[in-house]
Amino acid sequence: MAELAYWEAIRRAHDEELARDPNVIVMGEDVGLIGGTYKATSGLYQKYGEKRVIDTPISENSFTGIGIGASMAGMRPIIEIMSINFALLALDTLINAAAKIRYMSGGRATCPIVMRTPGGTAHQLAAQHSARLARVFMSTSGLRVVTPRGPLDACGMLKSAVRCNDPVIVIEHERMYNLKEEIPDHEYFRPLEGAEIVRRGTDITLIGYNLSLHMCLETAKRLEQDGVSAEVIDLRALKPLDRETIRRSVEKTHRVVIAEEDEAAVGVGAEIMATVIEECFFALDAQPVRIHAADVPVPYAENLEKVAIPNADDVYQAALKVMGRI
Amino acid sequence: MKPADQKRLLREMIFYRRFEERCFEAYMEHKIGGFLHLYVGQEAVATGVLEMARVKHDYIITGYRDHIHAIKTGAPAREVMAELYGKETGSSRGRGGSMHIFDPTVNFMGGYALVGQPFPLAAGLALACKHKGTDQIAICFLGEGANNQGTFHETMNMASVWKLPVLFVCENNRYAIGTRVDRSTAVVDQYKRVCGYNIPSSQHDGQDIEVVMESAKKAVDHVRGGKGPYFIEYLTYRYRGHSMSDKTALYRSKDEERQWQERDPIRIYDRKLKQAGVVTDADIKAMEQEIDAMIENDIVKFAEESPAPRVEDLNKYVLDDNPDPRWIGPLQNSY
Ligand SMILES: Cc1ncc(C[n+]2csc(CCOP(=O)(O)OP(=O)(O)O)c2C)c(N)n1
Repeated sequence: MAELAYWEAIRRAHDEELARDPNVIVMGEDVGLIGGTYKATSGLYQKYGEKRVIDTPISENSFTGIGIGASMAGMRPIIEIMSINFALLALDTLINAAAKIRYMSGGRATCPIVMRTPGGTAHQLAAQHSARLARVFMSTSGLRVVTPRGPLDACGMLKSAVRCNDPVIVIEHERMYNLKEEIPDHEYFRPLEGAEIVRRGTDITLIGYNLSLHMCLETAKRLEQDGVSAEVIDLRALKPLDRETIRRSVEKTHRVVIAEEDEAAVGVGAEIMATVIEECFFALDAQPVRIHAADVPVPYAENLEKVAIPNADDVYQAALKVMGRI
Repeated sequence: MKPADQKRLLREMIFYRRFEERCFEAYMEHKIGGFLHLYVGQEAVATGVLEMARVKHDYIITGYRDHIHAIKTGAPAREVMAELYGKETGSSRGRGGSMHIFDPTVNFMGGYALVGQPFPLAAGLALACKHKGTDQIAICFLGEGANNQGTFHETMNMASVWKLPVLFVCENNRYAIGTRVDRSTAVVDQYKRVCGYNIPSSQHDGQDIEVVMESAKKAVDHVRGGKGPYFIEYLTYRYRGHSMSDKTALYRSKDEERQWQERDPIRIYDRKLKQAGVVTDADIKAMEQEIDAMIENDIVKFAEESPAPRVEDLNKYVLDDNPDPRWIGPLQNSY
């Protein structure tokens, strides 16, 4: 076991897959020579050459489309889009093409691409660099969407994504790249489906993914001191969604708080809330609560940004409320 | 050009340099957050082109490296600094930050973070000018990296068929973050890329403000004269990293940097003006002192002392804060 940072875990997955399969290629802006904005591909250009680790022009829609085309002819491209905000430029090819090619062809054509991108707010990056957008991909049939919570999943899920025959969107987070975790030295895979109970509890279920999962974990620790036993679920995969794990947990705890960093409307939290209501409405002992961002573009000013974006304390306060403690 | 104007232009460029350097310091002191892209090394381009435009009349738009374009257009420098400090008195009321300076009172229509996004916006501004029949033009400043975006090609085509009064200024500083232009672009000379759209274009030295002004004047006259769009490329260089975290050593050599340092736009111009007897070393020294004092005592002081936005105002500016009830309701229901 070695402790790796999130970015190092992603790098390792790339490295192993590039070494194994000559059809694996990496594409994106500045992923090659300078090793990627978050270092997730550092050294790979030097190791595998410019034909395998490709620096692209600033042409998101078309280089993603090129990746999709290559995947239809047997390649396994891993595409990095520097920020999920820029992925909006590639939505045409991702949603109109990648997500539908298998279906439109009656299963005769496939496009096994992986698109990695960080989504989320960082520090005062303002309205055009703070999108979260998981909801956009989550609401598109024909895609798989995963959100690795730490290095273990970041490496293991990326490797599974490269091997899987479907288009996979991997949503990372700018504030998670330096997060550390021990991961096995030997090759391993983590499944692309399934929510995971990362902490067992009996009194309340806290549900998160990506960065909001960490808010839930922090909240669970605080609740323990209050004598409340919180169960924490990491959604891991937003699409397809593991409704079973959510149902079984809520049937046990009867209470639920859902945390996301995005705005509420038509969001991941809304979907989970609907899932809870559809799956186990009569098991609930209290009204479920969603924690989410304010309904505003993300402001630049530090004090405004702080109140616009949810934090662990918001989740904690919501949990107390659902427990009837406040 | 009159000596007094030449002296003013030199002073402006020195001021822009110092302003950006002061931003760097403020960033190091954590007074400025987010992403910060400095214009150091490219000053002659915005200064020279906008000197030839009719600022406050024409529309100006650019990317995220926008402080100097905004100031030269007429946005008060203290408001730009206050924006970087995230203050309510800032150009964008603290909501936008470094990459999103706006001042519509002088027709500075913003800085945008998404590479290539301003191309169609600029053409749209030009469409409005043409539609209204004014003699205004739109000027769009972007880097060479942006020309690989689909918006570039789509916009060039429409601007050309519709003969829109728009001037595209390409600031070719050779690198898009760490990617050198020849590694990303089949036709390295950017001005040649618009031939396919039948847009006249030219390429010039972007370090010599006199060359910039002379060429920009022709381009502006062409566009204002109703002959449709023009694309002008300036060869320039950014002396600092792409943004604060960028390490230039990963992609360019010290030697290359030194060569471009020798073509410093401020040095080139002050040498010319000294030779012509327009300024002396003592004049320049005095200018620098006056500028530094002004930056500290006026600009930075204003930014420091200005209030942060009020948290209660979080929802302000999302939509029209004073909408006309005739259009939005409320609708009356009986329950
Ligand atoms: C759509 C989009 N893709 C990628 C980026 C990331 N990015 C920011 S600046 C930049 C390089 C732009 O280079 P250029 O247009 O030459 O302008 P310069 O920074 O040199 O002034 C990149 C890739 C972005 N902001 N927007």
